[in-house]
Amino acid sequence: MEISEPAEEVLEALWTVLEKKNASSTALQDIGFKRGDREVEELFKLNLIRSVDGEVEFTEEGRKLAEDIVRRHRLAERLLVDVLDLKGKLVEETACKFEHLLRDGVDEHICILLGHPKICPHGLPIPPGRCCEKEEEATGRIICPLSDLKPGEGGKIAYIYTSDRRKLERLMVMGLLPGSPVTLIQRSPSYVFQAGQTQIAVDEEIANSIYVRIVEGETSPEKPPTRGRRRFRFGLRKGW
Amino acid sequence: MHRHTCHGSAPPPSSRKGLKKIALVGNPNVGKSVVFHSLTGAYVTVSNYPGTTVEIARGKIRIGRTEYEVIDTPGMYSFIPLTEEERVARTVLLREKPDLVLQIADAKNLVRMLPLTFQLMEVGLPVILVLNMMDEAEKIGVKVDPQRLEELLGIPVVATVATTGRGIEELKERIRVFRGGGKEGASSILDYSEPVESALGDICALLKAEYGFPKRAVGLLLLQGDKEIREQVRKEEPRDGYSRIEELVGKTQAHFVHPLGYHIALRRFDEATWMVAQASMPPSREMRLTLSEHLSRLTMNPWTGSLILLAVLYFGIYQFVGVFGAGVLVDFLEGRIFEGVVNPRITAWVVRSIPYATVQDLLVGEYGVITLGVRYAVALILPIVGTFFIVFSVIEDVGYLPRLAMLIDRVLKRIGLTGRAVIPLVLGLGCDTMATIVTRTQETRRERVIATLLMALAIPCSAQLGVILAILSGKPTALVLWAGTILLIFVLVGYLASKLIPGEKPSFFLEIPPLRMPRLGNILTKTLARMEWYFMEVFPYFLLASVLLWAGQLTGVFQAVIAALQPLVQAIGLPPEAAVVFLFGFFRRDYGAAGLFDLQQAGLLSGVQLAVSAITLTLFVPCIAQFLVMTRERGLKTAFLIALFIFPFAFTVGFTVNFALTALGVQI
Repeated sequence: MEISEPAEEVLEALWTVLEKKNASSTALQDIGFKRGDREVEELFKLNLIRSVDGEVEFTEEGRKLAEDIVRRHRLAERLLVDVLDLKGKLVEETACKFEHLLRDGVDEHICILLGHPKICPHGLPIPPGRCCEKEEEATGRIICPLSDLKPGEGGKIAYIYTSDRRKLERLMVMGLLPGSPVTLIQRSPSYVFQAGQTQIAVDEEIANSIYVRIVEGETSPEKPPTRGRRRFRFGLRKGW
Repeated sequence: MHRHTCHGSAPPPSSRKGLKKIALVGNPNVGKSVVFHSLTGAYVTVSNYPGTTVEIARGKIRIGRTEYEVIDTPGMYSFIPLTEEERVARTVLLREKPDLVLQIADAKNLVRMLPLTFQLMEVGLPVILVLNMMDEAEKIGVKVDPQRLEELLGIPVVATVATTGRGIEELKERIRVFRGGGKEGASSILDYSEPVESALGDICALLKAEYGFPKRAVGLLLLQGDKEIREQVRKEEPRDGYSRIEELVGKTQAHFVHPLGYHIALRRFDEATWMVAQASMPPSREMRLTLSEHLSRLTMNPWTGSLILLAVLYFGIYQFVGVFGAGVLVDFLEGRIFEGVVNPRITAWVVRSIPYATVQDLLVGEYGVITLGVRYAVALILPIVGTFFIVFSVIEDVGYLPRLAMLIDRVLKRIGLTGRAVIPLVLGLGCDTMATIVTRTQETRRERVIATLLMALAIPCSAQLGVILAILSGKPTALVLWAGTILLIFVLVGYLASKLIPGEKPSFFLEIPPLRMPRLGNILTKTLARMEWYFMEVFPYFLLASVLLWAGQLTGVFQAVIAALQPLVQAIGLPPEAAVVFLFGFFRRDYGAAGLFDLQQAGLLSGVQLAVSAITLTLFVPCIAQFLVMTRERGLKTAFLIALFIFPFAFTVGFTVNFALTALGVQI
């Protein structure tokens, strides 16, 4: 369905407010609009929102569309922050323009590239797309959870995804902060990784919450053995 | 310059009476205790920190003409406490106002260590940074320049290898010449940039009370959301001042997405990374895996790791504790020393010098304090528990326990625990009483309760284990049946408990230290410390149990309880004589097992009966000492609920196993 960009903004604003209130409907003025606004009337006409008890709610179709818009916006934020290293207000402004470009499957490519992120940089959930359910993997991904690395692969921590403040603090005091280098050593029976000169074992839940920006150099390339003697490097023997 | 108000008010230099104090702080796993012992030598007192369950060691050292008191604090990662241990460590630093703080750091992991250094300096503490484990750093090619770091930080930096004593003399010299409190300006060693800095300036201006450390540090702690300091500020400051501070903190937080503490930590981490880059050479990329790293990976691989675990269990527990400790040593001490020498002589002496039969009974009778209490303690328990503690100290010193934890974390998650629980569970195989205290290391109350329950129910202590292994060793089928049933119960009850006991799901996160060669000195110290604890804490109960049994027999209570137990015992297919064994079992788990041993020697039990009684007795109530510790650690209610569950449960399982075996006509 083709709707105007201002109408998309209304859907997005409604989604955000409902998410915050954890409700299914809200008054139009809560999102800064009123009846008679052109973009609002457009949504009513297309049957994407409807009124209940003086408030508005999504129709089934409207919800799907809003989810898609929000997903694109938050993926755009992730891309700008994690890959392009944008900061502050610039992120929000650029993301608002960027989201409109991520159509027709472009969002999936970016989602795969970023390792199917689950939250935006502000800590709000990114609605999962089809690619997330299938957990598609691309060879050229840039960021992915620690749990998706292969033994020997590594990079620098991009961000920590957890709503549990204690967990964040635990990781923090161990020096596991954005920018610190990590290399996965093994995946089973627990995830073990090298961070600086320390090895740390974590369960799957924590390994899922550490997102790593993969650095090519960190995945040590195989080198021919020297002088007939086998030399061991990190990752040389997979599965250790 | 509003920043100016942030300086000053560092802890006053020592003008107080009494010894000067040196506090040791640092992350866990940096060799803090080794430094402590190499400074203080043997004279150390360990006691609970007032009002807490956390232990603090204190010792003394004389350097030149000055004598210092040295305090070893529990490991802390950050100045903002997350655990009880960290809270105590901070309290020691803030309340006891040490004249000198030695921060012990792992030289090869400096980036992770320096944020704590910054925090110590920010609160105005007089710090010497000790770069310990320099040998390990050198081995992997990390070169640190202590002098350069000293210039960057503006505090003394000393490189040591505490295990060999390298650098300790220099450290003593630096302590001797150390002058004065915190350096002027040390509290603003880091600039946190806007908007944090202007918030700090405003908070400093608002703070009117004295907190014993720089206002800037108070402000930083407030911004990081430290509850303790906030409470203190709320009490000390006028109401409008406090509410303006609250407002400032809220406003500053609004600039950021993540908690302010996170951004402050990031800043410290960046500074630490920069300093380390200035003062050290990173390990070369051409790093080779060392032999110990190879071994380490073998222990963590699920296949080879399982084999190594089996080998540890077989050689460490079965061969060393079971065959050598419970067999050879017990035979020697029990048979040769006590039966052959001590008992006859003491009995003869008592009978000769004390004419009263009742008193003779108390001392050397069937359940006499000496013939039973002391004999069991010295001849039976000492060798078994002692050999177990040796094994435990070795695997602890090598660094095997964290590896075991990561191997079986997934399994333990099923029963509501995490890999961290291996430490109490394995220690429980030595002494469940001691292990119940160690459940403190578990993060959530739910984990502590489940671990306590499982230890009370299904983890036999080494004394019990030793005797049961000895009894069942002639009957492999019974042994397998016993082990299988206990393991099944362990998993089943753990699974049910994890479903029934409310609380948050635990997560597993553990540092894996490098494998190290065990050091004989360390092992001996640890083993002796544990043995000493065992004797001080548990031995009195042996004597008490003997006295109670004697009194019970004298008054007839004993016989009445046995009469009451007999139907129960017969219900699970055992001869009535076994009732005594169960009564013993309550006084000491191993008493019970040893009683069983006597019954078996007398040929009163069939194979099935042996298996059933071994199972029931293993599950049956914990011993008195363990029960008391349970009430202390988990509270009266929880301890009683656990005991109330175990008592009928043990007999139900015994009954079921007996019923099944008899119905199937199994002969063992």
